[in-house]
Amino acid sequence: MLDIIHNYGLFYLIGQYPNGPLGGLAMTLILAALALVLAFPVGVLLALCRISPYRLLRLPVTGLVYVLRGTPLLMVIFWAYFLLPTLTGQRTDQFGTMLAALVIFDGVYLAEIIRAGILGLPRGQMESSRSLGFSYLATMRLVIMPQAFRNMLPSLVNQFVSTIKETSLGYIISLSEVSFVASQISAQLLTKPVQVYAVLGLTYFVMCFSLSRFAFWLERRLAVRTAEV
Amino acid sequence: MIKLKNVNKWYGSYHALDDINETVAKGEVVVVCGPSGSGKSTMIRTLNRLEAIQSGNIFIDGVDIHDRSVSVNALRSGIGFVFQQFNLFPHLTVLENCTLAPRRLRKLGAKEADDLAMNLLDRVGLAHKACAYPSELSGGQQQRVAIARALAMNPPVMLFDEPTSALDPEMVGEVLQAMKSLAKEGMTMVCVTHEMGFAREVADRVIFMDQGKVLERATPESFFQRPEHPRAQRFLSDIRSPWVESGMPQAC
Repeated sequence: MLDIIHNYGLFYLIGQYPNGPLGGLAMTLILAALALVLAFPVGVLLALCRISPYRLLRLPVTGLVYVLRGTPLLMVIFWAYFLLPTLTGQRTDQFGTMLAALVIFDGVYLAEIIRAGILGLPRGQMESSRSLGFSYLATMRLVIMPQAFRNMLPSLVNQFVSTIKETSLGYIISLSEVSFVASQISAQLLTKPVQVYAVLGLTYFVMCFSLSRFAFWLERRLAVRTAEV
Repeated sequence: MIKLKNVNKWYGSYHALDDINETVAKGEVVVVCGPSGSGKSTMIRTLNRLEAIQSGNIFIDGVDIHDRSVSVNALRSGIGFVFQQFNLFPHLTVLENCTLAPRRLRKLGAKEADDLAMNLLDRVGLAHKACAYPSELSGGQQQRVAIARALAMNPPVMLFDEPTSALDPEMVGEVLQAMKSLAKEGMTMVCVTHEMGFAREVADRVIFMDQGKVLERATPESFFQRPEHPRAQRFLSDIRSPWVESGMPQAC
């Protein structure tokens, strides 16, 4: 196993870079990080639409949520792969395609988590903030979101961990992220799939586990002194 | 200062406020009481537009506050509202609860806002709790912070919606004390409350409501000693000795 790491380690970590495009674990990390960072604001926006009193905002987003929730991610990736170039008239690279698919798919799931977090707070929080003279959006920003975020943290992390794992589906559109690279290595070695995929599995586990631990630490830090009233 | 004119509100077919006409003068302390479901909370919540009304007008300082052209946020920042459930912001300290609105809405600097808030917290006897979080306070302390928070916007009117109903009995006194001192400083106050002692001591007028109507308005002395409306008589005797009229409770 060590000799596999010795021979293919660098390829596993960064793909063909610098002789070709960046790939491997580095691409997975970048893709996951970008997907998380972009999907979160999308999720907040969709959640606000979903609980909006205005039908014009609420109904289309509710429709979108139902459609995407009832569709496998793989299908969304196919759509993005074949539909995006048709819509934009430009060829999109695999990275952009995968990122778009992840952001919209996870944005929808995050939206539902955020919506539940907001609706789970007592009504009095909104009312007392509005009574002081804060606008709806200022109330959301200053009073509702900070509290909802703490309550949602475990579910958010769950979703973030999923996102990391979902990047592996980039394999299907030949995105050279770490799963794709691992399968290439396995194909070259022919006889060592167990070892190669063991390394791959361990890699995902380490990424997800560290994120979970970080979230746990954050949760405990935020929970200090601000228990339920 | 506050004037309700033919105010009506329905929840579906339920007539929650039935043609209310009322005036509250500047500096006046008005206590609103009545059985549960009588519309008293709904009425006080219409005064800062937490509830919409279907017909009639409510004027505060001559402004028709339910008019569409009135900025609801500006209106509310000039009216202090204290809730039954306190509704402090649990993620902020006591001091931050009191400085949030002055800093963001009145655009005070950090120092000014802190000074203002400490002053108000001192008035309700809680300056030593400034750095605590709401969850570390008792109910009575939380409600006093809520009063300080409302006062921080320097409102000319304060509305209280059953401020002591969610409190353990031994904490009622401290909250009433804070309200009394506010009343004595000349604040215009409308209080939905059943605290008769409070009403006797500081109220200029008592309003009795039932089924969305104002049935009686009187000075505290005459209301508590010689209530005129039969419903008010029954209400008062129920408060004083709840068992007498209904008899002993029976097993079903």
